[in-house]
Amino acid sequence: MKFNKQIKNILVILLSTLALSACSTAKKSGSNSGDVYTGNETIKYLASGVKDRVFFATNSSSLTTASRDTLRKQADYLRKNKKLNIVLEGHADERGTREYNLALGEKRANSAKDYLMTYGISGKRISVISYGKEKPVNSASTPLAWSQNRRSVTIKAK
Amino acid sequence: MKVLIYIFIILLSKFTFAHSLIEVDITRGNLDPLPVAVSPLHVDSQSDNYQDVKVKDLGERISTVIEKNFKSTGLFNPLNKDAFVQKPDIAHLKPRFEDWRLITAQALVTGKLLIKDDKLKVEFRLWDLAASKEIIALAFTTTPSNWRRVAHIISDKIYERLTGESGYFDTRIIYVSETGPKTQRVKKLAIMDQDGANTKYLTLGNELVLTPRFNPTNQLVTYLSYFRNLPRVYLLDIETGIQEVVGNFPGMTFAPRFSPDGKKIIMSFAKDGNSDIYTMDIESRLVEKLTEDSSIDTSPSFSPDGKYICFNSDRSGLQQIYTMKSDGTNVKRISFGNGIYGTPVWSPRGDLIAFTKVKSGKFYIGVMRSDGTGERLLTENFYQEAPSWSPNGRLLVFYRETKSGKDGKGFTAKLWSIDITGYNERQLRTETDASDPSWSSLLSK
Repeated sequence: MKFNKQIKNILVILLSTLALSACSTAKKSGSNSGDVYTGNETIKYLASGVKDRVFFATNSSSLTTASRDTLRKQADYLRKNKKLNIVLEGHADERGTREYNLALGEKRANSAKDYLMTYGISGKRISVISYGKEKPVNSASTPLAWSQNRRSVTIKAK
Repeated sequence: MKVLIYIFIILLSKFTFAHSLIEVDITRGNLDPLPVAVSPLHVDSQSDNYQDVKVKDLGERISTVIEKNFKSTGLFNPLNKDAFVQKPDIAHLKPRFEDWRLITAQALVTGKLLIKDDKLKVEFRLWDLAASKEIIALAFTTTPSNWRRVAHIISDKIYERLTGESGYFDTRIIYVSETGPKTQRVKKLAIMDQDGANTKYLTLGNELVLTPRFNPTNQLVTYLSYFRNLPRVYLLDIETGIQEVVGNFPGMTFAPRFSPDGKKIIMSFAKDGNSDIYTMDIESRLVEKLTEDSSIDTSPSFSPDGKYICFNSDRSGLQQIYTMKSDGTNVKRISFGNGIYGTPVWSPRGDLIAFTKVKSGKFYIGVMRSDGTGERLLTENFYQEAPSWSPNGRLLVFYRETKSGKDGKGFTAKLWSIDITGYNERQLRTETDASDPSWSSLLSK
């Protein structure tokens, strides 16, 4: 029947819109927090089990749960090694303007610094430097490389 | 580096603006460039030799520089010299207009030169071939090693006469020269003539340097250096090579530019994860804080009258462009389109602000009016940013990076320029990869 056919058509349209909107929400959540690097490829260690770096989402300086975990381990390690001072190097990926990236790198390194300080590490032991997009670890122009480059790296001060 | 040069300009005849027939309209993209014949300058046989300047070829070389300048504008079409019918010295006295019109030329440039007592004397004339008359005649005296500048000044005079706008050929561009792999890039401050000639390196590459910008007289440069691994804004005197840190800030200072009177440097200072905008008076060292916001405020640029400042801030979430009065009051957001907006720079004419826009993974160079209306995107690419205005406000120079594959292969950084009409996009010749260009003002005003 004609009427039935019409309803069928409307249903098909409705279903496909639903499918489409589901798709777009999935994508959205991917670009917000989902582009934080979670692998181990570029990571070095300050000591056994103590990762040297944390990663960030695009245009963000917020610490993820994994980053907090890494920084708590760094704080533990620093409490046990009281003479050790550190430098936090903040970095950005190549997909922003140079000057903004310098500021963003500084903000990222300071997020890490603030967290270390709440776990009892004196600010006097920590210095911060931003390299913006100037020192990538992975020089490819891919989302994976960019996620590895959005980082704050803790290094032992000389 | 010696920037000192003495140029004496003598008006040989008064040129009238009243009824010249050739006019070049530069407010639109010009798809029909004006055919111009640039005759080689006649070299006076009484000329002396001067150091390593080849006097015999000098007339030809000056005309070639002029032709290249004209061609680069996209507004003029310099005609092939093979078709020229008159000898340079005779044409310079009085061209046979009908012969030059025959090769479709509408304007003719002629000239002659003489080197005597270590001085270069150059005379040139611009002829309107349709009206069969001379429209400019000028003469210059300078040291022979400055012959390229003479060619640029002649180009400026002709450009000014034919377009009604001031020229931009007798200018320099300071930029960051880049070599080496992406993960270990070596960066040096470099300076060159606007046409790519006379490249000189101002730093050795031992430390990272970024974002050089000229002061209004082109003698000083402010830039960011990682000297001793402390990122700070520096001031460099190009002639003496003396450099000094700007201000005494306990942290990173960056994104410096001069105020239009050259007395202040405006920049960002980052502390505890917050970047704000400051000015420092170069003479009194007085520091003034202009923004007070927990967000990132950076990339400040003065309006040419010094009354306003544009900058980018992420106080609303993502990077957007704002303006404020030069005392920091009356902050207004002016960019409202979809996407991220950064690196605003105020046009030397005051009417437009050029910017970088990032939208859907693409980078654009664009312009908008200083109230944020009339946004026009001029060029789209994988990555490009940091526009800098030509002194006449007609062109932008910026840098563009290419996408790199694994291990950074295929990565390049080059300087490009584009007319604010959106036409005439072209790559600038540099010896190495290059970024962060800053265009000087006219060297001879």
